[in-house]
Amino acid sequence: MSRIGVFVCHCGSNIGGVVDCPAVRDYAATLPNVVHAEDNKYTCSDPGQAKIRQAIEDYDLDRIVVAACSPRMHEPTWRALLSHTKVNPYMLEVANLREHDSWVHADNKEAATEKAKDLVKMAVAKVDHAIPLYTQQIPVNKKALIIGGGIAGMQAALDIADAGYKVTIVERKATLGGKMPMLDKTFPTMDCSACICTPKMSEVGNHPNITVKTLSEVTKVEGYVGNFEITIKEHAKYVDYDKCTGCGLCTTKCPSKKIPNEWNQGLDNRTAIHKVFEQAVPSKPVIDADHCLKLTRDKCGVCAKVCPTGAINYEDVDRETTETFGAVVLATGYELIKWEDLYPEYGGGAYPDVIDGLHFERIINASGPSEGRIVRPSDGKEPKSVVIVKCVGSRDPNKGKAYCSRACCMYGAKHAHQIIEHIPDCKVYVFYMDVRTPGKNYDEFYMQAKNDGACYLRGRVSKIYKEGDHYVVWGADTISGAKVEVNADMVILETAMVAAPGATETAMLFGVQTDKDDWIIEAHPKLRPVETASRGVYLAGVAQGPKDIPDTVAQAGAAASKVIGMFSHDSLESNPQISNVDIAKCSGCGTCVHICPYGAISLVEKHLRENSVKVTRDVAQVNPALCQGCGACTVACKPGALDLLGYSDKSIMEEVDALCQW
Amino acid sequence: MPVVDEKKTTEEEWEPRILAFACNWCTYAGADLAGLNRMKYPANIRLLRVPCSGRVNPQYVLEALQKGCDGVLVCGCHPGDCHYSTGNYYAKRRLMIFKRFLEYVGLEPERFNVKWISASEAGRFRDTVKEFTEGVRKVGPLKESFTLAPSAGDKLFGAHNESEAPASEEGGAA
Repeated sequence: MSRIGVFVCHCGSNIGGVVDCPAVRDYAATLPNVVHAEDNKYTCSDPGQAKIRQAIEDYDLDRIVVAACSPRMHEPTWRALLSHTKVNPYMLEVANLREHDSWVHADNKEAATEKAKDLVKMAVAKVDHAIPLYTQQIPVNKKALIIGGGIAGMQAALDIADAGYKVTIVERKATLGGKMPMLDKTFPTMDCSACICTPKMSEVGNHPNITVKTLSEVTKVEGYVGNFEITIKEHAKYVDYDKCTGCGLCTTKCPSKKIPNEWNQGLDNRTAIHKVFEQAVPSKPVIDADHCLKLTRDKCGVCAKVCPTGAINYEDVDRETTETFGAVVLATGYELIKWEDLYPEYGGGAYPDVIDGLHFERIINASGPSEGRIVRPSDGKEPKSVVIVKCVGSRDPNKGKAYCSRACCMYGAKHAHQIIEHIPDCKVYVFYMDVRTPGKNYDEFYMQAKNDGACYLRGRVSKIYKEGDHYVVWGADTISGAKVEVNADMVILETAMVAAPGATETAMLFGVQTDKDDWIIEAHPKLRPVETASRGVYLAGVAQGPKDIPDTVAQAGAAASKVIGMFSHDSLESNPQISNVDIAKCSGCGTCVHICPYGAISLVEKHLRENSVKVTRDVAQVNPALCQGCGACTVACKPGALDLLGYSDKSIMEEVDALCQW
Repeated sequence: MPVVDEKKTTEEEWEPRILAFACNWCTYAGADLAGLNRMKYPANIRLLRVPCSGRVNPQYVLEALQKGCDGVLVCGCHPGDCHYSTGNYYAKRRLMIFKRFLEYVGLEPERFNVKWISASEAGRFRDTVKEFTEGVRKVGPLKESFTLAPSAGDKLFGAHNESEAPASEEGGAA
């Protein structure tokens, strides 16, 4: 027989002013297995809590009901209180007499009191079937994995590594840095992007706590928070980084020189053995196997001949390693939308001088092919009239993406400002839908670009076509209502950011969801912005949605602090209110395995003894570290083998029955 | 057989008795907010907290209707907002089929519904409760016209009964 204590709280006059608390107390005392009932002015106060503690001793209670405010408010308080008594913290029910009763039924005190009695009766019926639950300790492996070596990943890695924990960065490209070092200057301060980004890259590369794996990707994930077993595939570089000094002799001698340079958006060419860019980290070359004469046709081999340290290895293969990590940060970043297929009216990529923002960054970048002079890619001439088109692919649900890419208004203004600064007699026209510049010193920056002489026209561009050696841009100015036709030497399309290819696949390895645009979904958009639904997996940067560099760095720091917070414990407490399998009933059908959004259920072979016969069969097994206690599996279980501890079928049915008996 | 107190089923004294399953993260919090805002809604409703609308077994609804509730409401997060990513999608599929089944066996549509109410939608919670209570009041007390055999749920799901002789794992005390 259980021994239940009921504590009815007046909450000053919040409950007591409406509900007849002594009547509820007297009613509770008549309920089955209730051995003690009392009412208090403020149950949550220290004296109120002392009375619960005292009653547990005096009446030998083994479970309690608190009839007070919402359990969302004080359930943790009561659990903490019970953890210091002989009553298990999960042998507790809270009847919500305030938010769900006295506050909403103040106009009908009699009905409110009746409802209070019912709510207490339901809680008593449920707690009567509660069983003690215990948290489990999950050990924490204090090593973090960062996926993506852009500014978000680097910042998170540095913050975690500086706190004294080991970090591994997995980067798909051959260098750290991501998109940021491609940029020329960053708004609104106009810092040189390379000057603030490349020092971070070398800091990451030289940090004793950070391991960098370039040309690598995650291929397999097992385990759970604190104990992820992650397989990383390092693609062949054909250069032994332990021997290579990064002298660069090989790149000067390589005969395959006509390969479009991805780093410069194809504006110039690179060799087959190449370093991605001058300040790349690691500062060592890789061989592009698709274009290397030795690897494709077994000819040449010049790089191996000239290499003074014998670092070239044509026999290099992809290597897979498996390591254990405690936490993961997803910082997979973005690409620009492939506008060429979506906007044939802008030339569909056929016009060499109709370029996107990243192209322009490489043109104006001092380390780019034109060494910072603004020239047309087609003929190398200086443009005297430039059109900037914003929202190409953004805010265009018909052709591109419905969302705003957030940074384009600012870098559009930056481009306008830079062009006028470099070529004072150049006309700059900016076609926009809206100008969105929320951010510190952002609107001032935009106004500056306008004051510099950039002509802002509110409207979309309907067509771009070539006429002689210039381009004709048809657009609208919706403010004056006029059709606009502009002759331009160069057109810059400020295109939408889209999730990096493979971001969804990577997220899925961790059981993390992505939305319809492949952005990773955070655990809560406001209150848990850097966590994901999978415990121990965090996110940073544009992987979550378009954002600019300051926001990305801030978010990376937030993700790092979450990881550091987790690593400050040697073990984590698991939530004991999880699914539980009755193996006698489990048929091993596996329906639950597919229902679980966390991959917490698996089928395992068990040796059982049923009706005195030995049998070996598959049964479901719940991983307590992964299960979040939603209960979706319990309803799907056909034989009724799964049950949710803390919200068991039995206890909910008893609650329903209690309500029905009146 | 519905265990209904005869006295209260008389026309003038009858008050609808309504059970609502509310998910902890959205609707329960939305109801808390309604309290915080001192909104007024009929006192006929009793909320039963579940972690997720996906936890609601149709059996519970059946139990409530058979044992004497006049209406049952299941509430959870809006599609796409589930704290557990997908629980409310399962709830929607299960319970919408179940609703059609209940109507097929003769239950008035007003007596059972599934609603999505977020933690911020106190007003929507109040309106839903008002509307649902009025709907149930209109169709009157749930009488024996609801003719599924008593405790059909028990037989179907067995969860309410004591479990059978358990199997034991090899190598244990067995």
